Amino acid sequence: MTATRPDAKQQETPRGGLVVEDLGVMLTGRPVDVVDDIDLVLHPGEVVGLVGESGSGKTTVGTSLLGYARAGALISAGKVLLEGRDVLKMPWKEVRQIRGEEIAYVPQDPASALNPSIRIGKQLVELQELRGVGTAESRLQAAREGLAEVGLPNDDEFLRRYAHQLSGGQVQRVALAMAFLPKPKVLVLDEPTTGLDVTTQKMVLDTMAALCRSHGVSALYVTHDLAVVANIADRVAVMYAGQVVELGPKDTIFANPSHPYTRALLDSIPHLSHARALRGIPGRTPAPGARPEGCRFNDRCAYAQDKCRQQVPPLLTVAPDHEVRCVRVDEIGAWDINLGTVPDADPDKARDVILSVEGLDVFYGRKHIVHDVTFDVAKGEVVALVGESGSGKTTISRSVGGLHKEWTGTIAFEGRSLATSARKRSAEDRRRVQYIFQNPYLSLNPRLTIEQIIKRPMELFGLAKGKDATDRVVELMEQVALGSGMLHYQASRLSGGERQRVAIARALAAEPDVMICDEITSALDVSVQGSIVSLLEGLRQQRGISMLFVTHNLALVRSIAARVQILQAGRVVESGSVVEVMDDPREEYTRKLLSNSPRID
Amino acid sequence: MSATASAPAAPSFLRRAMNQKRFAFGFVVTLLVVAFAIFAPFFSPYGEQETAGSPYSKAGLFGTDYLGQDVLSRLMHGGQGVLVISVLATLLGMVLGILIGVVAAYAGGWWDEVLMRFNDVLLAFPQILLALVVLTALQNPSAWVIVVLVGASHAPRVARVARGVALGIVSRDFVVAAEALGEKRSRVILAEVLPNMVGPLLAEAGLRLTYSIGLVAALGFLGFAADPGAANWGQMMNENRLGLATQPWAVLAPVLMIAIFTIATNLMADGLAQISQRGED
Repeated sequence: MTATRPDAKQQETPRGGLVVEDLGVMLTGRPVDVVDDIDLVLHPGEVVGLVGESGSGKTTVGTSLLGYARAGALISAGKVLLEGRDVLKMPWKEVRQIRGEEIAYVPQDPASALNPSIRIGKQLVELQELRGVGTAESRLQAAREGLAEVGLPNDDEFLRRYAHQLSGGQVQRVALAMAFLPKPKVLVLDEPTTGLDVTTQKMVLDTMAALCRSHGVSALYVTHDLAVVANIADRVAVMYAGQVVELGPKDTIFANPSHPYTRALLDSIPHLSHARALRGIPGRTPAPGARPEGCRFNDRCAYAQDKCRQQVPPLLTVAPDHEVRCVRVDEIGAWDINLGTVPDADPDKARDVILSVEGLDVFYGRKHIVHDVTFDVAKGEVVALVGESGSGKTTISRSVGGLHKEWTGTIAFEGRSLATSARKRSAEDRRRVQYIFQNPYLSLNPRLTIEQIIKRPMELFGLAKGKDATDRVVELMEQVALGSGMLHYQASRLSGGERQRVAIARALAAEPDVMICDEITSALDVSVQGSIVSLLEGLRQQRGISMLFVTHNLALVRSIAARVQILQAGRVVESGSVVEVMDDPREEYTRKLLSNSPRID
Repeated sequence: MSATASAPAAPSFLRRAMNQKRFAFGFVVTLLVVAFAIFAPFFSPYGEQETAGSPYSKAGLFGTDYLGQDVLSRLMHGGQGVLVISVLATLLGMVLGILIGVVAAYAGGWWDEVLMRFNDVLLAFPQILLALVVLTALQNPSAWVIVVLVGASHAPRVARVARGVALGIVSRDFVVAAEALGEKRSRVILAEVLPNMVGPLLAEAGLRLTYSIGLVAALGFLGFAADPGAANWGQMMNENRLGLATQPWAVLAPVLMIAIFTIATNLMADGLAQISQRGED
């Protein structure tokens, strides 16, 4: 599999740091590579971002630095050299010693890494006891220092808390403190900020980067989020289908991405500073065993030629420290970050209000969640509800959709006020306001076929029956870019992006005037998000469908919405047209959100 | 519509099940016992109530029983009653239990609370005691009384399991989506919720079948069979227990049959439970 590498490079194994050579991981059952031909150097004090979409093998690479492969896979080739010693060749007792002490791991979900029934202080001390670090007194002192380093309080009260008494960001920083306590040389972070709000994410990232630099720790930051990498990494490795396709200094990767995949990925990311026509990458990431011959990306690449299908391209050095796995790297021309830029939605456009919310108060039992929210949505307009978790954005959308009924105030559709729950609304109102859920893995019945799922709203609302309905299903599937071959698939056979398209098709089947989109891209990869967003934009333009778009991603708002409501703790703190709010925010909170959002522009 | 909705899932589930040794073995043995109960009466050397010799003699394969009837023939005739009653009782118990459980889970709130607390009261009653109380009150209990009693005593147990499984499903977004579209409640239950409960419920049915057989046999042993003269595996144990020392086969043969059948159905239930756990996507 290893292609001839023309660049006999960097054998000067740096002191400290970590060198990965020709690493490969296979499935145990079948001779199928999960990842292969991975070469990576982590210099001391350096943060390397390992970026890839789901199925790219980034987490597999991350854990193999600790000599670990998940059940069903095994590390089949290569070396992981820590100061000249190969971690993969060590006896398991030594590996156990090294894990945590010299190579530390911060998991994606820190809440599951902390024991919920042991106090924070005890856990930090216990860790040192296990490693035999220090004495009884020095351990407690070290625990306090560790907490101070990550910017947490270290008084007795805090040490006595349990994990559930901390916020998500605090838990993640405790996990970070634990990782740094034994003074490791290498840190592997597996998407440690996924699921955190932008403000907390920024705080955790800054803490992490500062610690790595001050302690001279090399870090591998595994993530799917290019924007996060742009903020913290020194160098970036982009992975696709089990191989590193591009590797280089951060600035080079973002200013001059040379692999078609990196470019496509960057094209699908929204910017904070201006609206973009987002584009997805056609097709889906191939699973191990189903990857194409030659260049792994050839079946989705716009520049692919016959020679791309024949041989696996080697990593070519195009500039110092900049390597690209593409044979046509010199032929595909330059890339411009502003290529997809489109004008922002016109803030002065005449509006024809179709849905209006006035004085909305929402309750869960006795808890008052949303306070006096007022906004409206015009025909063919996208209005975004933005806020951090707990801001009440989803609660509002569920109330509008009639999924949550404990609310007071007025929600009017074409001037008629709507009943609280969907069941009490007229069939016509139910048909014209459609809801699309956040998680496409939960929103489709796994026992039904795609045809049954999409057809149901038509039958229910009496729009079409039998053969007509089937024809319309095929038509809708084409509109959402799904082949009609999937007609009889069960939802469980589809990928996340495909499922979300089915969910959109189901909403479209009812011929709605308003679609409520509840974080519909947050569970998806960026390239899939790009294609879903461009699909929605097309629907808005062709059919004049209005949308209420709930999201936590401000950059996405810029590209998709015309108006925005910024929510905090159940209240609208700022609202207006997207251009005005984002270019000239009036409220402190909005400014904070904008400055904390990771950006690549 | 609900039948067509669940149809595509069923064959693949069964195919997956047959690939599992535990289930396949249990399934085959269960089939053999059922086939024995159905077809054996046609081949029995003696009639159901025909005397073949003196009581507790060694004549025939398994000897004779307390009335001098051939044990093998009694064994061959005695399965049908037990199995039919058990299967019907299980079906009844499952249907009632699923109905209570799913409705409780789907309705939630007060309905859930009232249904399940009432259910708890029933659960507090020992299964066999309830049956005995009613049976002693009746002069000549017919077969369906036993079916109803055993089935009814299963219902609260099934209801707990069904509610537990359904709770995990009714909160999923596809059920909420159906609600938002304004589907009828009955259709939400039949087309959206129930098809996703097939695996765990099949496993539960297997387990309940095992209990049914045990219970029906126990009732027979205690003398509460529908027809006191007819051959019945449970009853045979009771009738012949005095001769256990001299002619153990008269008791052991029905015991073995019941044991084999319960073990086989249990294996089947276990296998189904495992597959349904693994098969959740």
